[in-house]
Amino acid sequence: MPKSLPADSVGVVQPQRMHFSAPLPLVCGKTLDQYDLVYETYGKLNADASNAILICHALSGDHHAAGYHSMEDTKPGWWDACIGPGKPIDTDAFFVVSLNNLGGCNGSTGPNQINPETGELYGPDFPIVTVKDWVNSQARLADCLGISQWAAVVGGSLGGMQALRWSLDYPERLRHAVVIASTPKLTAQNIAFNEIARKAITSDPDFHGGHYYRHNTVPAKGLMLARMIGHITYLSDQSMDGKFGRDLKATEFNFGFDVEFEVESYLNYQGKRFSKAFDANTYLLMTRALDYFDPAADFGGSLEQALQHAQCGFFVASFSSDWRFSPARSELLVESLVKAGKRVSYVEIEAPHGHDAFLIPTPRYMDVFSAYMQGVAREVNSAC
Amino acid sequence: MRADLQVIEPWIAPGSQVLDLGCGDGTLLAHLQQTKQVLGYGLEIGAEQITKCIEKGVNVIEQDLDSKGLSNFADQQFDTVIMTQALQAVRRPDVMLDEMLRLGRQGIVTFPNFGHWRCRHYLLWKGKMPMSKSLPHTWYNTPNIHLCTFKDFEVLCRQKNIKILNRTVVNAQFEQHRFALMWPNLLAEFAVYRIAHA
Repeated sequence: MPKSLPADSVGVVQPQRMHFSAPLPLVCGKTLDQYDLVYETYGKLNADASNAILICHALSGDHHAAGYHSMEDTKPGWWDACIGPGKPIDTDAFFVVSLNNLGGCNGSTGPNQINPETGELYGPDFPIVTVKDWVNSQARLADCLGISQWAAVVGGSLGGMQALRWSLDYPERLRHAVVIASTPKLTAQNIAFNEIARKAITSDPDFHGGHYYRHNTVPAKGLMLARMIGHITYLSDQSMDGKFGRDLKATEFNFGFDVEFEVESYLNYQGKRFSKAFDANTYLLMTRALDYFDPAADFGGSLEQALQHAQCGFFVASFSSDWRFSPARSELLVESLVKAGKRVSYVEIEAPHGHDAFLIPTPRYMDVFSAYMQGVAREVNSAC
Repeated sequence: MRADLQVIEPWIAPGSQVLDLGCGDGTLLAHLQQTKQVLGYGLEIGAEQITKCIEKGVNVIEQDLDSKGLSNFADQQFDTVIMTQALQAVRRPDVMLDEMLRLGRQGIVTFPNFGHWRCRHYLLWKGKMPMSKSLPHTWYNTPNIHLCTFKDFEVLCRQKNIKILNRTVVNAQFEQHRFALMWPNLLAEFAVYRIAHA
């Protein structure tokens, strides 16, 4: 519990809710007749609404990207390292909008919310949403907030995919796309890991075809397993070895199958904690959104062709030890951007933390991210 | 303005696409963006240099020329490919020249002249690998692994059927000097070459 908030924190923030009554047609063919989006904002929107930054969250993220919900809050938002006064996304310069995506489980319309048509929770009947659908819903949120053009759309991992999608679907509505630790599409290995996660959830006896709410239960074991396998892919061999090595819980082997190594204990703890906080149906939806993402597919598989539509500047960053979305995946995007004649800067940050490195404020990452965002801020100011 | 920029600038067409290999802190590209409105990209591996490029609003891509090469760029994608003071530092300068002219319609290359009289003098009288302000490194720890003279470079270009469109020879301050024009391989410290396929 912070007695006083750090000086570079956005402080105590309140989530807000926006209701949308215009139907949203989805890529899957279904339509969401009405929906809510929960979001937070940090900083002040300037007079001509030109300093707005959209933060897009990753698989298990939500709208709470920075600051604290109360003085009793033990942890700040998931990207507090990067959002706040003097941080790369400087709230003294920018108005930051961060939302919980459709299908999420933290307040926006999703499987754990009431379907107004039936009066029951959506559960497995919530339609499959894609990155493109999210971007469409985010554009409507921007309309309601009076933001006709984002100074930048920013995201890591699945969030980076949304930033990329924005640049293609609403090219005139953003000046910069910041794509961190992301990829223009998943590999077979990525999809395979997602499939194991889904199988873990759906084969849990408590899953009940996704209707677990009706049975007053949750597929906690399945979700825990899904998170455990996911978590391994977010770390690196090096970081796990550094953190746990072969350390034992006890002083010697017990010659059994209970938790013996520290790494087992850690994974179990993380999995258990996550299974209490996250919704299994949302996890399924998010992994599918990842699998389906492939903007080049609409252009005969040519990413270069797809990117012809983009007008914004791009900042792409990868991390040396990230094997989930390795630097090679980012480089593929950069190569296509250059071939398409788009403005792009690319850095590969040396960091041992694996995919999770995008959440960790390593000095070089902060320096170069700040440098890019300061350029965005200068542009905003010179246009005023 | 940096003197080499003054030499290079007239060779760059307004609005053209430029790739700068080993772009350093992005000074050259920032200048060309301002004066010629080029679409420029710099390749660099130094972390601080990369941040400086980004601060200047220069597109910079972190890429190691030696380990990754340039295969991720398409044939004739650029109007001009520039390499200032880096040809002598790559593993295969000959392959690099081929690659430069595969990617660009013209290439601009600058490098220190190892045939300069000071280098010759140093080697002749001291019997040791020359060191100077422009070549400050010890022989065993230097990025400059392929030093050459103007003559060496021009022979290589001839062998490769590469045409030298312009050659501007200068001293360390990038000033042109009358005597250096007469005996460049002996009296000039640097040259700026503009090359293209013959």
